Amino acid sequence: MPFDEMRLEDGSVRAPYLEVAKWLEGVTSAQLERRRAEAELFYRRGGITFAVYGDAQGEERIIPYDIIPRILAAQEWAKLKAGLEQRIKALNAYLADIYGPREILKAGIVPPDLVWRNPAYRPEMAGLAVPHGIYIHIAGIDIVRVDGDDFYVLEDNARTPSGVSYMLGGREISIRLMPELYGAHRVAPVENYPNELLATLQSAAPRNATKDVTAVLLTPGQFNSAYYEHSFLADKMGIELVEGSDLFVRDSVVFMRTTEGPKRVDIIYRRLDDAFIDPLVFDPHSMLGVPGLFAAYTAGNVTLANAVGTGAVDDKVVYSYVPDMVRFYLGEEPLLKNVPTWRCRDPNDLAYVLDHLSELVVKEVHGSGGYGMLVGPHATGADIALFRDKLKADPTNYIAQPTLSLSTCPAFVDMGIAPRHVDLRPFILTGADGIRIVPGGLTRVALRAGSLVVNSSQGGGTKDTWVVES
Amino acid sequence: MLSRTADSLFWLSRYVERADYLARVLEAAARLSALPKAYGSGTNEWESAVATAGCTDLFRKFYETPEAANVIHFLAFSEDNPSSIKSCLEVARNNARAVRTAITSEMWQTINGAWLELPQMAAKATDPDSLMDFLDWVKEISLRFDGSGYRTMLRNDAYWFARLGIFIERADNTARILDVKYHVLLPEHAAVGGGIDYSQWAAILRAVSALTSYHWVYRQGLQPWLIADLLILNQQMPRSLASCYGAIAANLERLSSAYGRHGESQRLARSILVQLENNRIEQIFQSGLHEFVTGFIANNNRLGAAVATQYLS
Repeated sequence: MPFDEMRLEDGSVRAPYLEVAKWLEGVTSAQLERRRAEAELFYRRGGITFAVYGDAQGEERIIPYDIIPRILAAQEWAKLKAGLEQRIKALNAYLADIYGPREILKAGIVPPDLVWRNPAYRPEMAGLAVPHGIYIHIAGIDIVRVDGDDFYVLEDNARTPSGVSYMLGGREISIRLMPELYGAHRVAPVENYPNELLATLQSAAPRNATKDVTAVLLTPGQFNSAYYEHSFLADKMGIELVEGSDLFVRDSVVFMRTTEGPKRVDIIYRRLDDAFIDPLVFDPHSMLGVPGLFAAYTAGNVTLANAVGTGAVDDKVVYSYVPDMVRFYLGEEPLLKNVPTWRCRDPNDLAYVLDHLSELVVKEVHGSGGYGMLVGPHATGADIALFRDKLKADPTNYIAQPTLSLSTCPAFVDMGIAPRHVDLRPFILTGADGIRIVPGGLTRVALRAGSLVVNSSQGGGTKDTWVVES
Repeated sequence: MLSRTADSLFWLSRYVERADYLARVLEAAARLSALPKAYGSGTNEWESAVATAGCTDLFRKFYETPEAANVIHFLAFSEDNPSSIKSCLEVARNNARAVRTAITSEMWQTINGAWLELPQMAAKATDPDSLMDFLDWVKEISLRFDGSGYRTMLRNDAYWFARLGIFIERADNTARILDVKYHVLLPEHAAVGGGIDYSQWAAILRAVSALTSYHWVYRQGLQPWLIADLLILNQQMPRSLASCYGAIAANLERLSSAYGRHGESQRLARSILVQLENNRIEQIFQSGLHEFVTGFIANNNRLGAAVATQYLS
């Protein structure tokens, strides 16, 4: 039995869920169904949609939303928050190091080829001082639980993590549709996230910027799967939502085209991958970027958030070294646990993985979105055989982890209220004036019975996450 | 604000306004064509509806003779016609999505809601009665969109560009009706008189929702030169050319004072407005109603181009 966050195996209810359990006893399926339908309408009418690539049918879909909130006690959150702060400091220090003095390589802690052969490592960034030394202004660190004590990090997302609009949308729905339950708790607010994000971005402006700095959000455009989120955040921050063609660079300074003529831009919150930001330096075919942007960046005239080359920590082998980074850079013991990871690049690990495929989860080193992975216990013989061949052909491209028994939370599904597996993506903001984390984050839930895959591209849904003072 | 944002706001309003206008044109045509054939007007109402919508050439690519079914389909639902009501609402919604941050949630919900409802509404409009329901729905969307903008938008450049779009489109629409129907307003035609003329005149007024206004302004039966006066020169009539230009000039003034810079579009709008203010309907008839209207449409297009050059690119 997986750990259920509401109900322990002996049937008793865990303290943070007392009110929810009471409420669930009093509410009918019809009432829940009505609220679920209203929540869906809220998303649909608001245009809070995402696009599934390669799906001709549904250009725009909504993410299923489960109206039963997930609860974290304030003490649990405090512990998690401290761990997240520690981890983001270490990740940032690692990036400053690999693009700088490379101490961690010299110390023999991280193998050098994990840096040099990592496709997300950007040699153009080597030796470059980024504004305030901050690389990862916005991170999403995926967390899972297997028991009531520990939090495990599943992966670090340091490129352009998305999902925060669903966190905020979920809260809006809770307040509107579940007032009686919401009112029975002291829920820590998340609604200030856009303000926190704006403050973070502004604090990270280049040192030579004038006092009245201009930040913009750079989107690939309205056909991007996360376009709603881009427009939502720009709106809530009161900054312009720009596309590449709205910006231009003159004398290594970035300007946007406005109705009043060119206006200088100091900070770009870019939701565009490294490869596309500047066709002069990276992918020359990119129509989404801004020619000359990288030159303006290296001249220190604009801040990019996140910095270029942060993807070098998203790698799943690099992930396995994060606890070592915490010890190396901070001299502390990691507060958050890593999922034990077999690096298939290591022959001993590979041999073990090949012997235990039916028990393990095998992931591509650079994979994301729940694609290209093998969940051993749920896989067919043919899938396992296929992965065996893949592993043998290119072991460095894979890691393996034990199949974690992810915690469950009550969810409202077709058959009624049932436990479903969840994870949590808190959003960590790092500015020149410190780290900010709004309490909670985005809970993703695998709505199919027994499924462990919570990704929205694979039928996952979301839940509101309440950090509750007792 | 971003030039691209201003451009999308401007076109978003234009397309919503155009959808509203097309709904009115179709309504007026349906009404006229329902008159007994005995009136024998000799004009094909469906043909002039296509002309009034400004898409005669495109229509001919798809159909031989304009008649109720194909004109209704072409102007309301066709995907081949970039100016059909359906296309207008789709383009408007795409523009709205591109400038989601520049419009209020009320405006967004109206236009996005319309886009979501559109397939069902269109599927239902199969007979004349439900066509009227569909056209009413379209007019209601534009009222709600316009009204939510008026009630909820900040009074800044975003609002002024959106308003500019409405009024430039509206002026164009009113001028087009006059362009297609000018002959029924001419004095020599009026001499013929008769019920059919009354219906034609009333249809023109209905298409710009001004039939009741006419009676309040002139307190007499329909007279063609007074209809022209109402639609061209009357400042009180919200769809008249003079009234549209009053609004256009005012919105351009607000932009120029906010930006601290005057340009070609302010000069052009001012000069068109002054011409309208200093004109009299007798003069317009003397020098040719048709020439006047053709000249106005060209000027209005020139202004649209000047706004684009000055602000939108």
